[in-house]
Amino acid sequence: MKIHEYQAKEILRAHGVATPRGRVTDDAAEAARICVELGGRCVVKAQIHAGGRGKGGGVKLAGSPEEAREIAGRILGMRLVTPQTGPEGQVVRRVLIEEALDIARELYVSVTLDRHAGKPIVMASAAGGMEIEEVAARDPGAILRQEVEPLLGLLPFQGRALARGLGLSGATAGKAAKLLSALAGAYLATDASLVEINPLLVTGGGDVLALDAKMTFDDNALFRRPEVLAMRDLAEENPMEVEAAKYNLNYIKLDGNIACMVNGAGLAMATMDIIKLYGGEPANFLDVGGGASQEAVKNAFRLLVSDPGVRAVLINIFGGIARTDRIARGVVGAIEELGNVSLPVVVRLEGTNVEQGREVLRQAPFHFIVAEHMADAAEKVVAAARETGH
Amino acid sequence: MAIWVNGDTRLVVQGITGKEGTFHALACREYGTRVVAGVTPGKGGTTVGIPEGAGGSEGGGGGEQREGIPVYDSVAEARAATDCNASMIFVPPPFAADAIMESAAAGIALTVCITEGIPVADMLRVKAFLADHPTRLIGPNCPGVISPGMAKIGIMPGHIHRPGGVGVISRSGTLTYEAVWQLTNLGLGQSTCVGIGGDPINGTSFIDVLQAFAADPATVGIVMIGEIGGSAEEEAAAWIAANYDRPVVGFIAGRTAPPGRRMGHAGAIVAGGRGTAAEKMAAMRAAGLHVVESPAKLGEAMARALGA
Repeated sequence: MKIHEYQAKEILRAHGVATPRGRVTDDAAEAARICVELGGRCVVKAQIHAGGRGKGGGVKLAGSPEEAREIAGRILGMRLVTPQTGPEGQVVRRVLIEEALDIARELYVSVTLDRHAGKPIVMASAAGGMEIEEVAARDPGAILRQEVEPLLGLLPFQGRALARGLGLSGATAGKAAKLLSALAGAYLATDASLVEINPLLVTGGGDVLALDAKMTFDDNALFRRPEVLAMRDLAEENPMEVEAAKYNLNYIKLDGNIACMVNGAGLAMATMDIIKLYGGEPANFLDVGGGASQEAVKNAFRLLVSDPGVRAVLINIFGGIARTDRIARGVVGAIEELGNVSLPVVVRLEGTNVEQGREVLRQAPFHFIVAEHMADAAEKVVAAARETGH
Repeated sequence: MAIWVNGDTRLVVQGITGKEGTFHALACREYGTRVVAGVTPGKGGTTVGIPEGAGGSEGGGGGEQREGIPVYDSVAEARAATDCNASMIFVPPPFAADAIMESAAAGIALTVCITEGIPVADMLRVKAFLADHPTRLIGPNCPGVISPGMAKIGIMPGHIHRPGGVGVISRSGTLTYEAVWQLTNLGLGQSTCVGIGGDPINGTSFIDVLQAFAADPATVGIVMIGEIGGSAEEEAAAWIAANYDRPVVGFIAGRTAPPGRRMGHAGAIVAGGRGTAAEKMAAMRAAGLHVVESPAKLGEAMARALGA
């Protein structure tokens, strides 16, 4: 789960990470008032979940409260397009108004999971403001790393080593080391999957602050983090994905025109891949769960056909323990209940009682295109989508 | 022969009194696995699996199989009473990490965790705990392990398998069934099929399974199914290039997955441009694996590689 920058900074402050002074608002007049509180100069920052906001014109310096009002008025309600939003952009509903600080240095720090080591890892680089992937590609040696013992957190000597590696010294190095321990502490205490500070600011006076902040969280741990879950902003998420989550369906919207419904995440990915291999474009990822119950199939189908871009549907179910004929009856029942389905539906069923399952489909009042195996299914659904597309 | 699961397996099922636990404990027993005990804290002294009117239609094995499965309050008690040597876990996510550690602490040699949705932080603690309490942990978030014709520990449909010489390793569930079904239809049986699970932190890696298959003379070739996210496939490919000369067929699911999105499995995510299907397939090719572009061709590729 993602949250906004201003929310991430709230969490980080509570764990002892220094951040610029400021407040969030959805009102341009209020933005001007906050600017006055901050001394008359401020930075206006669009709050959306996607990164790259500065490049899209979502982060601006205001030299006066009047200018803050004017900029906030312009940014609020705009569709901000960044390299991470896609061409349709994301509507800005809030702006964060922060004090403008003098910048001596910009650094990069993050905490994330190192899957290979099986531990969280703190990464740091002197190239603040640059994407860490870019640094990794250009000069992997420029990235400093310290593994975090989950039960201990980032130890003081590790923080000092990182600060030294970043070229900091004296009181500033001490502040940086403390901030890094606090970051790792926040990561561990909130079941985060990523804490990224880019840039981490060193001021002319030697203070160290999180100028930007990004946090994402382990979805599997949200059950025990109600305070994090309360920060969820559904307006930032795809409405179809929000709808799918209500029915415990694992759905991700894509750009193609062939909807697919599959049981199991691996097989669902493989089904998208084979659609592409046969010249089609998948409209989504959808895992209806291993058992593929009639209720799940019905909800999934309703969701898939509500996407106006869809031209054909592929249902690919490997029966497993659940009997195929029962799954087939579930599919038929779901479509009967929905009524009025005009899209071509290709069904590939495999598993126990597969012959009976296919027979159920052939006998159904709805005309299913029955496929024998995965390649056959891909070929048929790509052809069907082409026909419907015209 | 086979790896890890065979006729000597004596299984305890943790979370046996839940709906899923009961269903799959009985399904394993029906397949031929010796299911000797169950564990649910607070339900010790009860039994699971006596059909209505006793002696019913469970089918499967001999007299022992028709008895109920005794339930204990702890894995330690189950082990003392039944000498179980493997565990299958169906405990809900908030309590599953504890169940894994309990199994390890009780000295169970093999722990298969089916549970999906365990927090990463919990698995990090499990990893640390297992350093001092060795058990072979498979999963979590996996279909389990089956040695066709001998025994299974997991939720896979037994009937799609047949005994033979192909080892199967995968991060997925139903995609593994797909591969197995293709093999079986081509007359290629399997020695053992291992689902290592779709989570970012798991107990057994591709390389662990590859090493076990390499030491198993009955395994004549391997089908390895990876997916996007992490670098386990690249590491496995390097290991194969250096250590394994029987044929390996490889596939990576998720080449059409958008970056930054988690594709169902918690571990299936392309992050920061790393962990892509293209990268992994390239590493597999460079290591000499028979890489298939189409998931429908896994069986055929294995047949060709074995010259069958």
